[in-house]
Amino acid sequence: MNLPYTVIFEKRTADYPKWLPAVTSLVSVLVAFIISGIVLKIIGGDPLRVLKFFFTATFGSWPVFSDTMVKATPLIMVGLACAVAFKMKLWNIGAEGQFYMGAFFSSLVVLVPMVNLETTPKFIVITLMIIMGMIGGAIWGFIPGYLKAKYQVNEIIITLMLNYVALYWNNFWIFDKWSDAGFQMTPQFEKIAWLPRLSDLAKEYRQFSGITLHLGVVFGIIAAIIIWWILERSHWGYEIKLIGDNPQAARYAGLNITRNLVLVMMLSGALAGLAGMSEISGVVHRLQEKISPGYGFTGIIVAWLAKLSPFAVIIVSILFGALIVAGREIQPSGLSNLLQGIILFMVISSDVLLRYKIRLVRLEQEA
Amino acid sequence: MTSSSPPNAVEMKDIVIRFPGVLANDHVNLTLKQGEIHALLGENGAGKSTLMNALAGLYKPVSGVMKVHGEDVNFNSPKEAISKGIGMVHQHFMLVPTQTVTENILLGLGEPKFFMDLAKYDQKIRDLQDQFGLRVDPSALVWQLSVGEQQRVEILKTLYRGADILIMDEPTAVLAPQEIDELMNTMRSMTEQGKSIIFISHKLNEVTAVADRLTVLRKGVATAEGIGVEGLTGEKLAELMVGRKVIFSVEKKAQEPGAVVLDVRDVSAENNKGVPALNKLSLNVREGEILGIAGVAGNGQSELAEVITGMRTCEGSIFINGEDVANCEPSKAIERGVAHVPEDRTGVGSAPNMTITENTIMKNYRDNPIGNKWSINFTEARSHARGLKDAYDILAPSVRTMARKLSGGNLQKVILAREITTNPKLMVAMQPTRGLDVGAIESIQRLLLAQREEGTAILLISEELDELLTLSDRIAVLHEGEVMGILDAENADVKEIGLMMTGMKRSDA
Ligand SMILES: Nc1ncnc2c1ncn2[C@@H]1O[C@H](COP(=O)(O)OP(=O)(O)OP(=O)(O)O)[C@@H](O)[C@H]1O
Ligand SMILES: [Mg+2]
Repeated sequence: MNLPYTVIFEKRTADYPKWLPAVTSLVSVLVAFIISGIVLKIIGGDPLRVLKFFFTATFGSWPVFSDTMVKATPLIMVGLACAVAFKMKLWNIGAEGQFYMGAFFSSLVVLVPMVNLETTPKFIVITLMIIMGMIGGAIWGFIPGYLKAKYQVNEIIITLMLNYVALYWNNFWIFDKWSDAGFQMTPQFEKIAWLPRLSDLAKEYRQFSGITLHLGVVFGIIAAIIIWWILERSHWGYEIKLIGDNPQAARYAGLNITRNLVLVMMLSGALAGLAGMSEISGVVHRLQEKISPGYGFTGIIVAWLAKLSPFAVIIVSILFGALIVAGREIQPSGLSNLLQGIILFMVISSDVLLRYKIRLVRLEQEA
Repeated sequence: MTSSSPPNAVEMKDIVIRFPGVLANDHVNLTLKQGEIHALLGENGAGKSTLMNALAGLYKPVSGVMKVHGEDVNFNSPKEAISKGIGMVHQHFMLVPTQTVTENILLGLGEPKFFMDLAKYDQKIRDLQDQFGLRVDPSALVWQLSVGEQQRVEILKTLYRGADILIMDEPTAVLAPQEIDELMNTMRSMTEQGKSIIFISHKLNEVTAVADRLTVLRKGVATAEGIGVEGLTGEKLAELMVGRKVIFSVEKKAQEPGAVVLDVRDVSAENNKGVPALNKLSLNVREGEILGIAGVAGNGQSELAEVITGMRTCEGSIFINGEDVANCEPSKAIERGVAHVPEDRTGVGSAPNMTITENTIMKNYRDNPIGNKWSINFTEARSHARGLKDAYDILAPSVRTMARKLSGGNLQKVILAREITTNPKLMVAMQPTRGLDVGAIESIQRLLLAQREEGTAILLISEELDELLTLSDRIAVLHEGEVMGILDAENADVKEIGLMMTGMKRSDA
């Protein structure tokens, strides 16, 4: 059978309209949902019920939406961490390790303890934890940055390997030194080291009871604004983009590439470290083994789907936060991973639409 | 028309191609006869590359008809164009530097299927080389090749794919004079063997030397369609291209040069392959003086420009206004007021995915009023860029256009504009007028002379002897990284320069 039409791909000569990437990304997410629905149908599920459940379990009420946002919070910061590095074409896939180092360093404030936890005001304790978390992450970004700048060592390999180092470093302390009665976790932190949550206000405002959303989300949003400003307005952002686009030209323009390389890796690490601090202080309230279900790796996907735009990182993070929450609620939990995979696949393939115009053309009728 | 004559190799009729804000081709016709060399000329941004990209299947015309060997075609991809025997050698090469010549030629083809039996293909490629006189070692890595050799690889690539219609986009712009002669011989031998060629150039002498007919574009419109080259004068051609008479003379005022700005002493350096490229070279340039550097390409010119601007390490010393800057970072040279028009405009001189604005502020994004303490004032930056766009006649829809969308000549103008506006003490200009049309060449030459009058010291590296003779005060001839001698431009003997270029030292040097 011959179809009377054929599809042709035409390379775009014009720039695509500004709104197109947003639309294609949205459509890809929708298509991903539809494909997952079909898969569900094939294996004998009821896609509509699952879909409905997905939405009620993630956006259906304030408490579940708050859960979604709690999961989105570390993703925002880790996503920003990856976005900044990727802008300079530095492939930092070590956000996971930087996250753990951030968690570890901020915990030191409580575990050592670095200040007298009885007398120091909460504000100071939290600020100190933020600083320590960012330093921890920055150190873990500095190492691969320095090795690349000085010895041209590939950052992908180093950042990947440092993930494991960070994980086992953490384990060493929680299995042995600071273990809580033999469990693989430290004792719970004093309340003073907890980030304020909305549920803390439940006494005055009843509707906040059980809402676990914590101050970390504000860190994420502020970080997004600052990163946007750095990338779009500052000297440094201009340098980052120039080095990312053409390192030769950047050298020619007199930029210090090695210094920028180290600094950007440190900034990236500091953001991931901040995410670690926010999880420790806002959610788990102790240092323990599995603080992150792979946030650092999801962050890579988030940054990529957001096309490295800081504000888009927030939106994509919320979607992925919802997927994580749904994965907890929906059985089998692999479903949400399936959906994540399909979304990623769809969004990446939708890039074709940005580069080509697709037209349906009627084939000429043969006589 | 008699029925016995073969159909034309290519017929393009009423081709219209539009980019946002630009009508790049406006009902253009072009006919390439079987076995001819057809020249395509026009100002920078006239739409030459665009028209040829359409023929090579890269762009799709909004309207118009294309025929290849009498058959209607409608290409949706370069692949389809290649299958009809059309091959294009682009203005900017598209080779993989880390692969060998053979690998590059085979890239994207269905063969070799699984085992890389490259030796077999090496032989095939050697046969092609013999057939057309395109010498280059098939097993060499592309990054080690000179630009001229890389071009031969591009030509071989199209021939290997069975092209019988070749499009060459400004092939001579990157070549040294004797390489140009070789290329022309190759072109002639190709047409003798039944191939047809479209040849884009800005130079009348090249066109009259090899082309049979020519087509001229101006602002997307054809002002001459397939006229014969006989009896064509430079004035006439310039008028067709620019639409007005171009006065081919720039005047150099007599003036006394001032203090020494650049003083290069006993400098030695290696090239990218680790082979010595500069050998204890010494020269100096003074305020308000243009020192021209003549020489066959590859005799140390690039390396000389790079050591002065801090892009390459060296032995010896380089004084700029008394301070030794040898082996400093490029930022040091910039700080000392050195401007640099690099040889490689896409690889070094610009950032392709950044806008014209972002490309023009590369060297002054920290300075008032564009730069504040931490941030960049993009409103100021854009108005700065707009100023340059008007002053240097840069053809682009707006200053937000990305650099990679500019025509070759317009990109060169962006770089020149940026470098000249830094008010340099020393300007190192390598092939500044390469790829520019006559009008633009003239205005750039005027600008260089104006810089000279303002007291800038200029090191002008060029392969155009005419350009060196018109602009320079003195000319130094390079051969294998050594200065063969320095002559006064005013009464320099072209023959003598030629001899020095082949390695004959001047007695008093
Ligand atoms: N991909 C693109 N997107 C937008 N505009 C483009 C694109 N390619 C070319 N143009 C514009 O089309 C016009 C014609 O460009 P083209 O490259 O064909 O010029 P040209 O005649 O080859 O000039 P040159 O001699 O400088 O190489 C220019 O104004 C250029 O800015
Ligand atoms: Mg061109």
